[in-house]
Amino acid sequence: MIWLNVIIQGVLVGGFYALFACGLSLMFGVMRVINLAHGDMAVVAAYVAVFLTPHAHIPEVWAFVVVAPLFGLVGYVVQRTLIQKSIDRDPFTTLLVTFGLSVIIENLLLEVYSSNGQIVNIGELIVKSWHPEAIIYISYVSLAVLAAAVAVLALLQLFLSRSGTGRLIRAVADDHEAAQLSGTNYRHIFGIAAAIAFATVALAGIAFGMMTEFAPTSGGINLLFAFETVVIGGIGSLWGTLVGGIALGIAQQFGAHVNPEYQVLFGNILFLVVLAVRPQGLFGKKTALS
Amino acid sequence: MGETLLEIHDLTVYHGQLCAVDGVSFKVDAGEVLTMVGANGAGKSTLLRTVAGLHRQTRGTVTFKGAEVTKLAPQRRVRLGISLVPEGRRLFSSLTLEENLQVGAHHANKGPFNIDRIYELFEWMPGRRRQRAWQFSGGEQQAIAIGRALVANPQVLLLDELSLGLAPIVIERIYALLPEIVAQGVGILLVEQDVTLGVGVANRVHCLLEGKTALTGTPEELSAEQIEQAYFGGDMSVASAHDEQP
Repeated sequence: MIWLNVIIQGVLVGGFYALFACGLSLMFGVMRVINLAHGDMAVVAAYVAVFLTPHAHIPEVWAFVVVAPLFGLVGYVVQRTLIQKSIDRDPFTTLLVTFGLSVIIENLLLEVYSSNGQIVNIGELIVKSWHPEAIIYISYVSLAVLAAAVAVLALLQLFLSRSGTGRLIRAVADDHEAAQLSGTNYRHIFGIAAAIAFATVALAGIAFGMMTEFAPTSGGINLLFAFETVVIGGIGSLWGTLVGGIALGIAQQFGAHVNPEYQVLFGNILFLVVLAVRPQGLFGKKTALS
Repeated sequence: MGETLLEIHDLTVYHGQLCAVDGVSFKVDAGEVLTMVGANGAGKSTLLRTVAGLHRQTRGTVTFKGAEVTKLAPQRRVRLGISLVPEGRRLFSSLTLEENLQVGAHHANKGPFNIDRIYELFEWMPGRRRQRAWQFSGGEQQAIAIGRALVANPQVLLLDELSLGLAPIVIERIYALLPEIVAQGVGILLVEQDVTLGVGVANRVHCLLEGKTALTGTPEELSAEQIEQAYFGGDMSVASAHDEQP
């Protein structure tokens, strides 16, 4: 029963990791940009939910309804200006620019909101859970986040495989010059991909803020987990991202069960093993590495 | 011959320090094939890519139906009616055959070509439309690449190294399509290393040598020797010329 609990808790946190990582995976898959500010964008979303949406008389628990579209818009603008400019120079510049963005965001948040821990207040809901067995507690919030992750990934998969715009995103990811020769403005498509990535990371950031306390520097460790999720699952595979997140979550819960200090360690070990044994990830294609 | 569609004037393109295309001028009319021949590195592909908008020219103009398009992005030129089938096919390899055509048709102009028409032209396509592009042979990929360009209904079709890397029987089939396309009033600018092949379908021939125009004329006006000389530049031994020319 203890092991069942380890797996259940691992799956629950894994859903969150997948939600957090899918935007990172999308931006890398489509424009080959590794967004080092990805984790910080999530934290900004949580701060917006805590400090700004109450001004608009929106309860924090519903903040995602406005914050996610808002971040989509921000994502489009940031992509079309800052990130596109750095892509046009060379791939290394995108790393520098997004790293710089990360530093700026963290320090601005520290300046404005101090280093005090914050939480997205969802009232009573946070302590409610389903209690099917003696030692198994399934938090409603974690369950809702897992459900949101699965829903987001399913919708994204559907959008990419069925819609005309989704098709253009995949075409641009394959060969953006050839897409231009087919009449597509690839910069606009890059912007749409970034909008999706930013909207999903905003959801993840608010979910994070609901589940745990966060501070301006919370982005870094989450970015690490998102990277591990993407690499374990395989770049370019959305369902791989979900499986990667769940695998990482279970490994961490397993580590925590052995010794609370081993939580992150066991996740890192899984990550390293996957890198060594199957560098393309569980669901990735070998070609994605080249 | 129809109206003048494409007019290139004094086009000059640099790759860094290297002058790849040097003051080239020509016209492409509706319903004609202009073949650009020249050796490797003569600047043919650069010229075509510049006309498509992928390279910036240093000097000169590209005019389409009387309007200058020199500063327009490639996708804008496609929407006006200039499509390039790039060297090496450049299909969207993870997309299916049909999806490749759908991407081509996404911003299509009005005209005679659509996906169904392409399926009529290439009878093997409908049965395999759900296969991924990377699963097709070189010749099939070339056909898909042509189809992807045609569904946008271009008025000028730029074809880069159409026969490169393909088996002779496949080349024959691909070339058999050109009269059909031209019959729709499309002007074709063809870049071809295989001189016999390129000149065979041409209404006019334009020879490039080290980025400069070396010779122009209709296939009837030009002798094989003239073209050979323009192709290699100056005196080349007969033996090496025979090695190069199939």
